[in-house]
Amino acid sequence: MGDVHKSLEVDTGFANLVQASARLNVNACFQCRKCTNGCPVTFAMDIYPDEVIRLVLLGQKERVLTCNTIWVCSACETCTTRCPNEVDIAGTMDALKEMAVKEGVQIPQPKTYAFHKAFLDDVKKRGRMFEGRLMQSYLLSSGELFRKVADGSIKEEMSLGWNMFKKGRLPLLPKGIKGKKEIKEILGSQS
Amino acid sequence: MKVSYYPGCSLESSARDYQESIDGVCKRLGIELVELDDWNCCGATAAHSLNHEASIELPARNLVIAEKAGKDLVAPCPMCFNRLKAAEKALLREPGRYRYAIEGNTRTWDLADFMARPEVLDVMASKVTNPLEGVRAVCYYGCMSSRPPEITHAKDCENPMSMDLIVRRLGGMAIDWSYKTDCCGASHVVDRPDMVFKMVGRLYERALEVGANCIVVSCQMCQANLDVYQDKIAAELGMAVDLPIVYFTELMGLAMKEPGVATWLARHFVDPVRLFEEQDLLAKRGA
Repeated sequence: MGDVHKSLEVDTGFANLVQASARLNVNACFQCRKCTNGCPVTFAMDIYPDEVIRLVLLGQKERVLTCNTIWVCSACETCTTRCPNEVDIAGTMDALKEMAVKEGVQIPQPKTYAFHKAFLDDVKKRGRMFEGRLMQSYLLSSGELFRKVADGSIKEEMSLGWNMFKKGRLPLLPKGIKGKKEIKEILGSQS
Repeated sequence: MKVSYYPGCSLESSARDYQESIDGVCKRLGIELVELDDWNCCGATAAHSLNHEASIELPARNLVIAEKAGKDLVAPCPMCFNRLKAAEKALLREPGRYRYAIEGNTRTWDLADFMARPEVLDVMASKVTNPLEGVRAVCYYGCMSSRPPEITHAKDCENPMSMDLIVRRLGGMAIDWSYKTDCCGASHVVDRPDMVFKMVGRLYERALEVGANCIVVSCQMCQANLDVYQDKIAAELGMAVDLPIVYFTELMGLAMKEPGVATWLARHFVDPVRLFEEQDLLAKRGA
């Protein structure tokens, strides 16, 4: 927590900016920490969910856009459900991720971002997600393929794929939809 | 009874067992599932993480198709269900903001909730010829069919009961436990498997603690996370785990003696057949 306080200049405009991107209600937070106390993934976070909201209110933009927390959040919605002030904490994590990508900041969980991006790219192609191709493009774009080949863990990945195939859970060909063009338009601005 | 049906992408591949069991039991219950014409992916976690507009507009396209079809819409995947409901709320709250418009006159159902209505439970119970004696299940609902209740309209989001009611009417034991709606880590299994292993490990521990011999699910993401890596997670935890992860629709099929049951169960990684053979619920393999 130490360096949270390194700048004490408050910029309330940032909270309004975040709030405008969805109906997130961040200004209603009174720091009861119920979100953090019920969060199942605090063990993987660098700052707690209530701290993210507080830092947004204080205008600590760089700190929240570069934190781990917004990416390791599993979007289970426990925080949003339990918040007594109807702050959409999970929705705020999403708004911050979207902002972090747009602003081109260094993402501390590049694999998480790579997976989301590979997913949307896959949907954009055919209108539906196809697990087989999604995993291939994720392994390539995240650099995981090279790592797994180098350390030998690619064997495990291949045996999982083979088992899925044997059990009839991995079809070879994807299905596309007629409305592909519409889907491309929806995802058009997706970088 | 005819309803529109939105399978979602996973049910065409990794959750084929879920799809097959849904087809089997719906036929037996007289529920006709009419697949939504030219449906598209809901965008799932990826869309709501990176692109808010798309996270509403992708499911919204399906809602528009469903309204044209004019029947209630049923979604087996809780993630799809949640995104469809989130889009419905967003479109009705801010008409004109997104590229689609709906009237809001088509109801979207989570499959387990749809099946747990008293009228369906009664039909189901009348067809049970193989009551699930010896099945000691914990029902694991995960996140998306319940939370947040402003979106899902869940009756009790901290203690959902749909699958518990179904298991009990099938003659099985549904054990109460406190981890019904704890997150499994979902798609982090791809990019942060360490997180998912820790979260799923805790679920195994709690399920075993209350004496469960299987975990019943309605979400294919939960099913995959709890089923596919069970050996590995158990080894990491240094504990013995042999907990089949079965869809509630598979249990329905088992209790109604659907001929396809053995095929569906053979698609799992943790073998559920042995448990059901031991309890005399399935004929012995090769016998």
